[in-house]
Amino acid sequence: MSDAATLKLGVPSKGRLMEKTFDWFGARGVTLRRTGAEREYAGAVEGVDGLELVLLSAGEIPRELAAGRIHLGVTGTDLIREKLAAWEMQVAELAPMGFGHADLVMAVPQCWVDVETLDDLDAVAAQFRKTHGFRLRIATKYHRLVRNFLKDQGVADYQLVDSQGATEGTVKHETAEMVADITSTGDTLRANHLKVLSDGVVHKSQATLLKSRKADWDGGRREILRALETALRTADE
Amino acid sequence: MTQKPEVRAEAARLQAFFAASGAQVVDADILQPAETLLDLYGEDIRARAYVTNDPLRGEQMLRPDFTVPVVQMHMDSGASPARYVYSGEVFRRQEEDTDRATEFFQVGYEIFDGANPAASDAEVFALFQEVLSPLGLRAATGDIGILKAAVEGLATSEARRAALLRHIWRPHRFRTLLDRFGGRTPVASSRAKLLKNLEDTEAQDLIKDAGRVIGLRRPSEIIARLETLQEDAKEPNLSETEVELLETIMRLRETAPNVLEALRDIAIDLPSISNAVGQLSARLDALAELGVDVDSLDFETSYGRSTMEYYDGFVFGFYVHGRPDLPPVATGGRYDALTQVLGQGKSIPAVGGVVRPGLTWKMREGAL
Repeated sequence: MSDAATLKLGVPSKGRLMEKTFDWFGARGVTLRRTGAEREYAGAVEGVDGLELVLLSAGEIPRELAAGRIHLGVTGTDLIREKLAAWEMQVAELAPMGFGHADLVMAVPQCWVDVETLDDLDAVAAQFRKTHGFRLRIATKYHRLVRNFLKDQGVADYQLVDSQGATEGTVKHETAEMVADITSTGDTLRANHLKVLSDGVVHKSQATLLKSRKADWDGGRREILRALETALRTADE
Repeated sequence: MTQKPEVRAEAARLQAFFAASGAQVVDADILQPAETLLDLYGEDIRARAYVTNDPLRGEQMLRPDFTVPVVQMHMDSGASPARYVYSGEVFRRQEEDTDRATEFFQVGYEIFDGANPAASDAEVFALFQEVLSPLGLRAATGDIGILKAAVEGLATSEARRAALLRHIWRPHRFRTLLDRFGGRTPVASSRAKLLKNLEDTEAQDLIKDAGRVIGLRRPSEIIARLETLQEDAKEPNLSETEVELLETIMRLRETAPNVLEALRDIAIDLPSISNAVGQLSARLDALAELGVDVDSLDFETSYGRSTMEYYDGFVFGFYVHGRPDLPPVATGGRYDALTQVLGQGKSIPAVGGVVRPGLTWKMREGAL
């Protein structure tokens, strides 16, 4: 057992998301930094006693929060909703952080001049299935989000095909008819001759500070969270 | 899961009850080919069923229900008419509600007999009501065939009727379509612009100008849909009267005889529902003959629309009073449409239902 309870804060271990997270906390009087060698995922915190920095891949943070192995975490709301069933029962959103903006959108080939809305897409899905004998394929890695969205919207006769990378290329290679993918500017979609449906925004994501509902909050950890929240609130006022 | 032997015994008791009425006992594999289920139910089934992989047989699903294997077995056997009973575990992923069971027993009874649909409907319902009667459940009934017949009779294009029929089981999209066909929502500006462009530009050129042609959906398919859109733009709106009749039908919720009377009035303005209303009337007579108290039976025209895809006629469910958190104890209905999809053209009139012994046992024990 360690001497005193610590509160584990999971932060993306590299890239712009890490830097922006460090900046966000820094602007609020909480200094996060990496320590040790370049490739060593160790970190240090100044400004709130008992807060421990854990550097993780952004994609693993939802799972670690749900398992309660970290108390707090920074990741995109898209990953939380995609990776955690009934996410609201497992984590709580403490603060949207104002960066890492990305939209999960439904995009179809630009040459589909007859398709601008989900209503069109649904009609085309019926036509496609009738013509080709199988359901219209949507390439994505966001299965849960896309499936729930299309169910709510009442779109039928489609199927999801898994694509973990280079999703925009699947249409050209005829392994999918359209995509549901993350975009911030739409440039990659346009470069691949795709366009976003006017009502095809599935989810607007941004980096968010989250709290685990499953972690151990006893042993003084609640007090540490309160100290952190006070620091964050004071800076925002 | 400690109550399993008791639930198993309860399932055996229920199965014996249905078998006593002359049904043949059948079983089905737990592992079902995912392809058939995906083709039938679409992507939604992935949220409800466990998927696993077999190195030789490909994607398999733990049976989410018995309907598909029982229908397939019946179609292969070719024997008709037939009555079947089965009992076993089904498996359901739960993405929203952690309290719902992911593995539970189901006992089912199915009739494949086209001779007298009203009598078959009544037979299934009366059997379920009889076996469940000591539990004091609330019975809900409906008939999706009435809305279907109403849509089929709308004075509009075949394409519009087909679009509405395709979404009978998706109330949200059905509503959107109805509002558009009825002129209640304006034509989307993007659509108006597209139709305007088509007036002086060839469809082929529109496609060429829009961007590189990629993907399996060919320009010929895009052109075909553009023609459909142009045709549809000429189609007059559904009359306010027809939309209102449809809405009245969807709202009907009363005792069965009162709904029947209301529907008979509506059939004067919308004669296409006459056969379906006649079917409802014949069913109520058949139910009364089997001793069901039809006068107090609840009937809701929209019942089962969002939860029972492919049910296209009589539908029913039995619920625990005051416990909306619990799943229904039993559900069932007529699913001719499903046999049509599975039979690839061949279809068999089919009606049946399932009951959850896990729930009936708990109620009998006073544990609910």
